[in-house]
Amino acid sequence: MPGQKFGPAWFPGLIAVGLALCGALLIGSGMRQRAPWVAAPEWVHSPRARAGIAALIGGLVFYVLAADALGFHITGVLLLAVWIRLLGASWRVTLPVAIIATLVIHFSFYKLLRVPLPWGVLEGWAF
Amino acid sequence: MGLLTASVLAQAFALVFDPYVLWVILASAIFGLFVGAVPGLTATMATALLVPVTFFMPPVPAIASIVTATAMAIFAGDIPSCLLRMPGTPASAAYTDEAYAMTKKGQGELALGSGLWFSILGGLFGTAVLIAAAPSLAEIALKFSSFEYFWLVVLGLASAVFLAIGNPLKGVVSLLFGLLVASEGLDNPAGFPRFTFGSAELAGGLTLIPIMIGMFAVSEILRSVGRIDEPWEMAQTKIGNVLHGMWGLTKRYPWQLLRGSAVGTAIGALPGAGADIAAWMSYAISKRFSKEPEKFGTGHIEGIIEAGASNNSALAGAWIPALVFGIPGDSITAIVIGVLYIKGLNPGPTIFMNNAPAIYAVFMVFILANLLMLPLGLAAIRAAKQMLRAPREVLLPVILLFCIVGSFAINNSIFGVALMLAFGIVGYVMEENGFPIAPAILGLVLGAMLEENFISSMIKADGRLLAFFERPIAGSLGILTIVVFSVPLIRRTMAVPWRRSEK
Repeated sequence: MPGQKFGPAWFPGLIAVGLALCGALLIGSGMRQRAPWVAAPEWVHSPRARAGIAALIGGLVFYVLAADALGFHITGVLLLAVWIRLLGASWRVTLPVAIIATLVIHFSFYKLLRVPLPWGVLEGWAF
Repeated sequence: MGLLTASVLAQAFALVFDPYVLWVILASAIFGLFVGAVPGLTATMATALLVPVTFFMPPVPAIASIVTATAMAIFAGDIPSCLLRMPGTPASAAYTDEAYAMTKKGQGELALGSGLWFSILGGLFGTAVLIAAAPSLAEIALKFSSFEYFWLVVLGLASAVFLAIGNPLKGVVSLLFGLLVASEGLDNPAGFPRFTFGSAELAGGLTLIPIMIGMFAVSEILRSVGRIDEPWEMAQTKIGNVLHGMWGLTKRYPWQLLRGSAVGTAIGALPGAGADIAAWMSYAISKRFSKEPEKFGTGHIEGIIEAGASNNSALAGAWIPALVFGIPGDSITAIVIGVLYIKGLNPGPTIFMNNAPAIYAVFMVFILANLLMLPLGLAAIRAAKQMLRAPREVLLPVILLFCIVGSFAINNSIFGVALMLAFGIVGYVMEENGFPIAPAILGLVLGAMLEENFISSMIKADGRLLAFFERPIAGSLGILTIVVFSVPLIRRTMAVPWRRSEK
C-alpha cells in the first residue's frame, strides 16, 4: 500500500526527535547562562503554603486510591476538612463548609446531573 | 449554502429566547463575573469547570453558558486590577499597573468604568466580525482537501509558538509535548495502540476534559495556594456612577478603540493566542502610537481603553477558526471544540449548512452576553468589595473538589481524576518554568488532525511531498508556512553579529 512507510511509529518518532533537539538546545542555553540545575519555588519558605501544596497533591492521590472504597461523601468531607483547615480557616468554619459543599455537589451532580458518584461503605444508606 | 433566511433567524431566536436558556445565560454570567473578579481563577478555568455541567444540557444552552461566562470573566478581570493591583484573569495583566495607578490617583471610578464600557464595545466589534467572516470563510473552506487542512494545522501550530510570550524554544517543547500526548491511544490512522502499556483505559486515548481541568484549574489552584501568604490589600475608592464620562472618552479615543478591537479580533482568530496576548499587543501598540507615550504607566486611560477592548474582542475572534476549520483560536475554544463534537455540532465549513439555526443562536448569545454585561457589570463593580473578600482558604479547596467531580463525570471513571492530577502537576511545573500552556493545548487538540491529514495526503499523492504544493490554495498556504518559519530564523542570524558588536 502506498504511504505505508508512514506507519504508526512515524509521527511519535518525529516528535521525539524534535523534543530531543529542543532539550539539547535548552540545556545548552541554560549552561551558557550558568542557570542553577534546580531552583526551589518561593512557597518552600512559607509553612502554610508548603502544607497546603502537599495536602492538595496528597489528597488527590488519596481520592484516586480510596474514593471507590470509602465513597465520594466520606472522602469529600474528609479532604475538604483537611485542606480548608491546613490553609488556615478555623474549625468553626471548616466543618460546616466541608459538609455543606459536599452536600451541594451531591445534590447538583448526583441528583440533578445523575453522575454516579461512588457510595462506597455508605452503599446501604444511599439517598 | 449557509444562507441566512428569515426562517433560520426565527428558529435561532426561538432557541435563545427560551426561559431555560435565558436562565442558564444569567447563571453563567454571574459565575463568570465571580470567577473573573477573583485573582487566580481564570476564564479558561471557568470554561473547563463548566464543561462537566454543560455535558447534560442541550447544545445551545451548553455553548451559551461558555460564551457568556467567558465574556463576563474577561471583563471582570479588570476589577481587581483597579482595586488590588492583581489581574483577575491573565487577560488583564497587561494594564494592571496602569489601572491601579489610576485608582491611586483617585480615578478608580474612571478606570473601572472604562474597563466595563470598552469591554462591551470591543466584544460587540469582535462579535460583528465573527458573524460576518465565519460564514464567508466557510464557503471557501468547503473546497479544502486534506492538503489545505494539513497546512492550516501547521500554520496554526506555528502561530501558537511564535505568539507565545517568552522563549520560543520553550513554546516548541510545549507544542511537541501536546502532540505527543495526542498521539496516545488507538485513535490514529493505522488504528495501532500507541503508548497504551496494555491498559484498557489508555487504549481509549486520553480524554481531553480532565486534562484541561488539570492544566487550567488544578495548576492554577496549586499556584494560588503557593501564594496564599500574599495579602490582598484593597485600595480605597469611591464607586458612584462609573459610566460617567464614557461617552466623552469614546469620542476622544475612537481610533484606539477601533485599533484595539481589530487587533484583538485578529489575535483571537490566530490559533493559540487569545485574550491575554491580544491585550499585551494592544497595550504596546497603544503606547507606540500614542501622542503622549510618556504618560503610560502613570495612570493614563488610553492604553486601558485599547487593551480593554482588545481582550474582549479576542474572545469572539477565536471562534472564527474554531467553527470554520475546527482549529481553536485560543485555549477557551480548544475546550469548546470538544463540547461542539459532544453536542453533534461538529465544527467545519458544513456547520453553517447542517446546523444553521444553532450557530446563529450562538451568534445571538454573543450579542446578548455583551449587552447583558452593562447591567450585570455595573452590579459586579458595586459588589466588587464583597467578592474580593471571599476567603481563599475556603474557596480553593471547594473548587478542587468540584474539579474532581467534574473530571470524574466525563467518563464516570476515577481514571479521569488521576489524569487531572497528573496534568495539573505538569501544567503547574510548566508555567513555573516559563513553558507556555497554550501551545501544548493546541498540539493536544490538533495532533490527530495533523497526522490524519498528512497521512491521507501522502496516500493520495503516492508519497510525493511536492503534491502538498500543487493545489493553488494548498500551495499558497505552504509557502506562507515556510515564510512564517524562516522570518524568525533570518532575523536571528542577522541579530547575532549586531548583538556581538554591542558588547
